[in-house]
Amino acid sequence: MIQAEPQTPVPVVAARDLRKTYQLGEQQVHALSGVSFDIQRGEFVAIMGPSGSGKSTLMNMIGALDVPTSGQLAIDGTDIGLLSRDELAALRNHTIGFVFQQFNLLARTSALDNVKLPLTYSRPRVADPEAIARRCLEQVGLGARMDHVPSQLSGGQQQRVAIARALVNSPSLILADEPTGALDSATSIEILQLFESLNAQGMTVIMVTHELDVAAHARRLLRVRDGKLVEDAPVTSRLAEVAA
Amino acid sequence: MTLAEFIATAMIALRRNVLRSVLTTLGIIIGVGSVIVMSAIGSGASKQIEAQIASLGTNQLTIFPGSMNVGGRQGGAGSAPPLTEKDLRAIRENVTGLVAAAGNMNGSATVVVGNTNWQTQINGSSAEIQAVRDWPLTAGRFYDPVEAAAGRKVAVLGATVARELYGEADPVGTNVRLNNVPFEVIGVLSVKGQAGGRDQDDVIIVPLATARSRLVGRVRVPDEIGQILVKVDDRYEVSEVQADLERVLRQRRRIGPNAMDNFSVRNFAEFLATRDATARTLSLLLASAAAISLIVGGIGIMNIMLVSVTERTREIGLRMAIGASGSDILGQFLTEAVLLCLAGGFIGLTLGAGVSVLISTLFGWPVYISPAVVLMAIFASASVGVIFGYVPARRASQLNPIEALRYE
Repeated sequence: MIQAEPQTPVPVVAARDLRKTYQLGEQQVHALSGVSFDIQRGEFVAIMGPSGSGKSTLMNMIGALDVPTSGQLAIDGTDIGLLSRDELAALRNHTIGFVFQQFNLLARTSALDNVKLPLTYSRPRVADPEAIARRCLEQVGLGARMDHVPSQLSGGQQQRVAIARALVNSPSLILADEPTGALDSATSIEILQLFESLNAQGMTVIMVTHELDVAAHARRLLRVRDGKLVEDAPVTSRLAEVAA
Repeated sequence: MTLAEFIATAMIALRRNVLRSVLTTLGIIIGVGSVIVMSAIGSGASKQIEAQIASLGTNQLTIFPGSMNVGGRQGGAGSAPPLTEKDLRAIRENVTGLVAAAGNMNGSATVVVGNTNWQTQINGSSAEIQAVRDWPLTAGRFYDPVEAAAGRKVAVLGATVARELYGEADPVGTNVRLNNVPFEVIGVLSVKGQAGGRDQDDVIIVPLATARSRLVGRVRVPDEIGQILVKVDDRYEVSEVQADLERVLRQRRRIGPNAMDNFSVRNFAEFLATRDATARTLSLLLASAAAISLIVGGIGIMNIMLVSVTERTREIGLRMAIGASGSDILGQFLTEAVLLCLAGGFIGLTLGAGVSVLISTLFGWPVYISPAVVLMAIFASASVGVIFGYVPARRASQLNPIEALRYE
């Protein structure tokens, strides 16, 4: 475990010389070859990179879905390399809120039940999952459509349900994988504005994208290429203008 | 996840594809249904035989004249000297361990009451027959040994005869004509039911001496007795009493040490018990054959659960991403398989019970569904769910969440 210095707050994500190697037949593929960074509480970070850059591998590790071959990745101070399968599941359950490109809502299940789903896997059990789920749906502006099933909702509304689901366990960070990839541009902006407002309320948001204008809504940009971190910079107003 | 949540989740998944769920459980439905029907028929038959044994009395022996070895060298029954009152007296005096011994002669007669008539069996019996056969009365009284010896014209009616001739009216004190001879009805017997395919209540019992002189006709010796029935005291071993009885009769009938018996002793209850055992074995065999379809049904469940796991790979990936542990996923799919099998089990149970009732009404076979079989059927279907649902559920629980989420 990475022990934080007493003075500095524990970063939400702390990556140290992160490496991931896959064995593809005879060949060794280095998906990540030494990546280090910290993400502090309250940041809004975009991770960009072309396909094959190691961006997805990095995202899977931040999401505690995968563990590094070497190096360390700590989420809220917990080194995920030391955790078992079930401990990783528990960590995902209370510290990470996932938002996917394809929403991944359960079909024929109401928005409310979809949002409640993570709470059914929580240990210890929460007292009133229904009330929490309602509050989260209201927070994303879907208070009036709680009983609708996904097929009765538009793409943007479905993604809002997914965001409410990500919020329901009060996670330390929201990890969004191409959250606007399946949406038209007007709806995309609404969803991105929702992320911005959540971030303004103190939520740490990490967003993986390959579109610059999407990344422009974040406040810090990490660029990955060939398994390495090639840029770590604040999103400048100029970038935002270019994107616009 | 709690059990209630597992069940709720499984219900949603099963309802998503009702037709497939029903088709999948068809094997279980047929399996459980046929086990129920087989065992219902089997235990029905066995229960009927047991009732017959109880109605005959387990410690009752019947002695016939001549060889019962039908088709044997000795010739048929009747070729040997008949049983007589002297044989009966010898048994009463010399055989230990008997509650009672009674002589009996069978005949048939047309009974006439007013303008109603009925063809029935006549048992000419000693007064002791009631004790031997454990046969209580519902009305009136039985004749005593004095009346029997005097050859009084009194009759005790079987329940069927009383019903056919008198309906609801009380026959005691009235007169009936048996082959045109008037008899006074002094009692009515309680219901004994069927035995050996014959209605035991379709009978009239009259004193043996009366029957011999008035109803049977052709007697070879004046004191002939058709059969002797004895009841063995509970404290004695039936087989030992039977050996004693055979010894006494051989002595009485002066049969040499190397000659064969010219009488035979039979224990009907024992004979029926053998039939009961046969019926049980047969029904067990049929039920286990039916149980094989449960296994086939289980394989069907496994197959469809494997398909379901593949179809729902993304859902599994999502559940894992938001925090489902391996045991959560295992529990979810196991619950689904068990629910599927239990539903099939209950449908099969209902169907099997329905078919059993149908068979009982159509063919008049006795059927009996024992609570133990019902419990066993439910337990068996749940077990099939656990056993055949485990492999697919385990496969689901061991999916890699990253690959599962990316699965198209």
